[in-house]
Amino acid sequence: MALEGAHASAQAMRQINPDVVAAYPITPQTAVVQTFSQYVADGEVDTEFIAVESEHAAMSACIGAAAAGGRVMTATSANGLALMWEELYIAASLRLPIVMTVVNRALSAPLNIHCDHSDSMGARDAGWIQLYSETGQEAYDNTIQAMRIAEHPDLLLPVMVMQDGFITGHAVELVEVADDTAVREFIGTYTPKYSLLDIDHPITFGAWDLWDYYFEHKRQQTDALSKAMKVIVDVGQEFGKTFGRTYGIFDPYAMDDAELAIIVLSSTAGTARTVVRELRKKGLKIGLLKLRVFRPFPAQELVAALKDVKAVAVLDRSISFGAMEGAGPVFLEVCAALFAAGAAQKVVNYIYGLGGRDVLPEYIERVASDLREIAETGKVKTLVNYLGLRE
Amino acid sequence: MGKENATWREATIAGLVLEPGCTAEYNTGTWRVLRPVHDMSKCTHCLICWVYCPDAAIIVEDGRWVRFDYYHCKGCGICANECPVKVEAHEHTGKAGKVIQMVEEKVQETCEK
Ligand code: SF4
Ligand code: SF4
Repeated sequence: MALEGAHASAQAMRQINPDVVAAYPITPQTAVVQTFSQYVADGEVDTEFIAVESEHAAMSACIGAAAAGGRVMTATSANGLALMWEELYIAASLRLPIVMTVVNRALSAPLNIHCDHSDSMGARDAGWIQLYSETGQEAYDNTIQAMRIAEHPDLLLPVMVMQDGFITGHAVELVEVADDTAVREFIGTYTPKYSLLDIDHPITFGAWDLWDYYFEHKRQQTDALSKAMKVIVDVGQEFGKTFGRTYGIFDPYAMDDAELAIIVLSSTAGTARTVVRELRKKGLKIGLLKLRVFRPFPAQELVAALKDVKAVAVLDRSISFGAMEGAGPVFLEVCAALFAAGAAQKVVNYIYGLGGRDVLPEYIERVASDLREIAETGKVKTLVNYLGLRE
Repeated sequence: MGKENATWREATIAGLVLEPGCTAEYNTGTWRVLRPVHDMSKCTHCLICWVYCPDAAIIVEDGRWVRFDYYHCKGCGICANECPVKVEAHEHTGKAGKVIQMVEEKVQETCEK
């Protein structure tokens, strides 16, 4: 089907046929819930659609519905995600397997509706699993897998599925939409372990938890996240067997004998792959690692994948304000992973594409030539660099 | 409520309370600063206080007012507010007012019977 990325996510939601969707429209996510609410109106899904007055209310309603035992989904972007902040933590801490599409967009101010990752990166410590998608196809595939990952009995954790606002969210591409029955079989039926509607086993969600138990419950939560990587890989393999597209923690390109590596999330991986392909033709030993899973952060797997690399460039589509030299969040995680493993690679950071600024192939070429110089000299001249910024 | 001092591996997921009525096991009287005192000689046993008490802290047997359960009474004063029966001089406080009156927690010794 020729679909916009946002419509691909809505198709996945239609096939999942969740019990409850509570959502509020916000550009560029609107296309997701607008399309989905049409499916509700046309009777194509059995979903109870709750039109709420804000994203805070949307996530609150999702939490209530999930605690009641429902299969629950929503979608948002940018300031909408920021408005959900406290509810994001509650959803994760109550161990509710909610799945949310995030169509990445810059956070205000100044007001900007275009892509960057400051919204989902701002929510990175809320306890949600985060999957990033390069294309509409990946957004569709990840949404279906997210339901299985979230509901896995070892996890019971909410999952965010990201795609780039407008770049994939509104661009039409060919998306292979699986058969409805195949998707339903893949996700199976959901039987919640605990449900407020199970009147034979009355329970209390969200009780008072003081110094006596709060710490233990947080430890449980971080333990569940530590089990997520295996579940994500298993579900990605099973998805591949059923639908022909296998997913892992990251998507390596030309990494086998690479001496230089670029790490990037989402749609920019497409541009970077094209540049890497051209540079390979010229004999440069460069590879690309597209990160699919950012939370939990795949530190060990990344260290292993980069072990033979001399220099690594991390591309960040957001800034962690006040962090070391104003670096980006992905860079900081990569540095921490390599340092803790005692690795000796040189690492350099590039901030790019904020507020929807174009990412041109020349920018990636500049990254590659910097990497070559770093590998030769063993020195990183500037730790944090900017691509496409007027200087 | 499960095991006391459970480790993080033993504690219920997300702190869920898996059975109803857990406050029966939980001493809610610890934070009380005012305590209700009752004048048995003037009580009509209408049980309005029992209906209104939010903590099931008023014990009734055979349709008659028996005592407060001070382990669970949190001292909210709702019973003292709702009691419809007035007294000239309360048995414990000596003051005019309702059959149930609130006193500071520290004078409890004088009211214990
Ligand atoms: S003070 Fe409040 S909790 Fe205590 S017995 Fe009266 S109504 Fe119940
Ligand atoms: S409301 Fe007053 S009169 Fe009625 S039972 Fe309670 S204490 Fe007695």
